[in-house]
Formats: sequence, structure tokens, C-alpha cells
Amino acid sequence: MRFSGLRVLKEGLTGNRGWGPHWRDPAPKPAYDIVIIGGGGHGLATAFYLAKEHGLTNVAVLEKGYLGGGNVGRNTTIVRANYFLPGNSEFYSQSLKLWEGLEKELNYNVMHSQRGVINLFHSDGQRDAAARRGNAMINQGDDAELLDRDGVRRLLPYLDYDQARFPIYGALHHKRGGTARHDAVAWGFARGASDRGVDLIQNCEVTGIDTSGGKVTGVQTSRGVIRARKVAIVTAGRSGQVARMAGLRLPIESHILQAFVTEGLKPVIDNVVTFGMGHFYISQSDKGGLVFGGDLDFYPSYAQRGNLPTAEHVMEAGMTLMPMIGKARVLRSWGGIMDMTPDGSPIIDRTHIEGLYLDCGWCYGGFKAVPGSGYALAHLLATDRPHDSAKGFRLERFRDGVGLMDEEGTGAQHNTH
Amino acid sequence: MRMTCPLCGARDLREFTFRGAALARPEGDDWNGAWHDYVHLRDNPAGESREYWAHSAGCGAVLLVTRDTRTHEVFSVTLAEGAGA
Repeated sequence: MRFSGLRVLKEGLTGNRGWGPHWRDPAPKPAYDIVIIGGGGHGLATAFYLAKEHGLTNVAVLEKGYLGGGNVGRNTTIVRANYFLPGNSEFYSQSLKLWEGLEKELNYNVMHSQRGVINLFHSDGQRDAAARRGNAMINQGDDAELLDRDGVRRLLPYLDYDQARFPIYGALHHKRGGTARHDAVAWGFARGASDRGVDLIQNCEVTGIDTSGGKVTGVQTSRGVIRARKVAIVTAGRSGQVARMAGLRLPIESHILQAFVTEGLKPVIDNVVTFGMGHFYISQSDKGGLVFGGDLDFYPSYAQRGNLPTAEHVMEAGMTLMPMIGKARVLRSWGGIMDMTPDGSPIIDRTHIEGLYLDCGWCYGGFKAVPGSGYALAHLLATDRPHDSAKGFRLERFRDGVGLMDEEGTGAQHNTH
Repeated sequence: MRMTCPLCGARDLREFTFRGAALARPEGDDWNGAWHDYVHLRDNPAGESREYWAHSAGCGAVLLVTRDTRTHEVFSVTLAEGAGA
């Protein structure tokens, strides 16, 4: 079933009775070439690119709940390529290029909106850092523009420019950054993978990973044993627990990150805006809600909800930056489980168990990485060689110290990002 | 989340800073083995977790906290010193 203007018109005139399910609901087969554990954005994208780029369709995606019910449905939908360090920079650049062609490729409206990401700075030192980052982005082939205070004021007239404590000096403007409709990304990849023959199996929890002689042989699930030559763990905040089924301990701690959304308002915030002096960033969804968040609560948690001190900080930082949002009422807050690595950068790699692959450690940056991660993991699964864009995402970099990607410069240790 | 500091009594989460999983510190200089495991690898439990926290905005003591990472329930808080972790 494909979307077109004509089809939408026809369905609209005939009571929308012609739409069917977007993907098949198959029973699991006894064996597959490749099993992907986790039916979120990354897992579904991997399945899609395995089928499309590599012609591999004897593939199953196993999801313990429903498709897209994890972090791909719990994020703040921001898409950007403004990383500084080699390793990250080329990966997110590649991912953004995939985003830019995604709607055509999937024939699915993921509402990708390149409304621009504006990172504010508030001191000379922060300006220098922003200029340096901007130059790195331009060197990577992406876009960046350094705005002075007047330049920011033209774009964001509503900020508190007279704030004495945190004056606005300017911003780094990444015009190709923006937002996307998070659920639609999962749905679009799911439909694309299913149409090409991949089995998407929901309500199928993996309870064990079978190995024999150092090789993976399959998985135990709540719907029976499924044999597989290759198994990829793509389970975000649950990566540690799934990897334990194969006897692996990962360089990952699962932390909580909160986000918030207000009631729907008329259009007021046209871009993604980040505060440089507190943990606060914001955009407005197409439905009108102000979607905003801050930093981790900074303790391990699987609760999918945070605590009030962080919520309080985020609200205070928001009010400091843009007092106009003070009368908006918060509708919901929620938390996602972030798979935090010591250096704050992800892992796409093989493991010491033959046929067992990892795609994890996305920290709080997994959403924008969805197409790039799926593309790179599919390449790794199909060819057993890392894709050029993701060759820095090695599991063993923490052991050998080679190629650590510590974007924040706080040290490659847990609890510092 | 509130925790009961053995020295100060029950206090708000704001006063405490998470300092990492409570793991046995290795001996020797096996940097790529035992030390790598200690510094980087984690059990990352969903459930009962033993952790170090500092009462950083209070008495400054380093605490050994046992807590449930699924519910944020705190089971016990003791001084880390002498706790054998």
C-alpha cells in the first residue's frame, strides 16, 4: 500500500475505508539468516536497509512489546549533524543525508522539518567553542553559521536579551537541523521492511541467546526457539540485560532522561533552541505542544520517569531564557532509558561471539541516528565489515583507549556525560 | 527520591550525587583486563543495585546505597567506609 496525493484524495472522498494494515503480522518461522532483537527505530531501520541495500530478506525483527514503543516513541524528535569529533562527525553527517531523502525513499511522511537548530552561547569562551564546532561541521561538509546577538534577535525576538546573569552573545545556527515525527519514522521503516519480506514479530520477548562453540545459533523467545546465523542486539537502554543473556558485560549504564510537553499553542517557536547556561532545549511540535527537555537525572534508572529536582531545573532554565512560555501548562512529562557509554558515543560492532552484533550506546542522541545506524549496522551484518561512516564505533575502544570520542571533553568514564 | 544519610537523617535527592556502581577495586596493573572491566564494564542491573553516592550538599560522606533501579525505592544507606565494597 503506497501513499500518493490521488490515493489520499480518493480515500478522503470514500470514507477512508480502503486503508489496510501497514505491515504484515507473521508468526515466527523456525529459522532466519538474521535476527534483530528490538523493533525500535534502529532495529527497523536495520531491517529496511538489509532488505533494500543488501537484498537480505530472510530476516526477523523481534519486539517484546509493539513496534516503536520504546525510545523512538519517547524522545524529543530532534535531527541534527553538529558533532565535533572525527568518528561522530562523519556518521551524523551521513545520517542527516539519509534523513533528507527518507520520505521519498520510504514513501512515508515522517514530517522531517529542517527548521534549524540554534545553539545559544553566553560568553566569549562559549563563542570560541561554537566557532570551532561550526568550522568542524563545515569541514565535514555540513552547514553552520555563527550568529551575533543581533542575528539571534532577528530569529528569536522572544528571548530575554536583558538577562543580566546569562547575557546572549550569539548562537551557532545549523540550518539543516530540525525535527521529525518520531513514530512515523518507525512506522515508515517498518512498512518498508515488511513489504520487502522482513518478518516483524511483535509481543515476542527474547529470553535467551543460544551459542555453541563461540558461535551464535539462535534465540529463546516467549514465542519459542528461533534459530539464526546472526543476531543483532538493538535494544537501547535494555542492551546491558540482553547482552547478559550471551554472557557479555557492556560498557553501558542505563540512565534516565526526562522530557516534557505543554498543551497545544499557536505557532510561537519556529526552530530548535538550546540554552547554553542551563539544561534546557525546546522546539514546538506541529500539533502545537512545546516539547522540551534538559539533561540526565544522573543516576541509573529503568523507571522511565525521573525525579523532581531535574524537572525543576529544566523549568527554571526555560523561564530564564524565554519567560514568555511561563503561562503554558505542562501536559505530560516522561523519561526514557538512555544507554550511556563512558565516552558518550555509540557502539556498532561485532562481539567476541561469532554472529553476535551490537548496536547500542546511543546515550541521549539515538533518534537522529536512526537512519545512519540502521544503514551502518545493515552493512556490518551483510558484509562483516564496518561501514565507513561508523568505523569509529568500536566496542573495544574503551579497552585499548584508541579512538575514544568524548564530545564533551569530560573524560571517558561513566557518569560524566 | 529521598535518602537517609546515616549522619544527617532523611534528606532530599538534591543533596546527593551519584558516584558510580559499587564494584570491587582490582589489585595489580592488569590495565587491559581487570582495570578495564572495573572502570568501563557494568552489570547495569534492572532491579537491586549497589552504588556509591556522596552526600555532597550535606556532610560530604560517601555512602553505600542499595536501591531498586526500576522503582527508585531505596533499601539501605550506610557509610561506604568500612562497608567492604
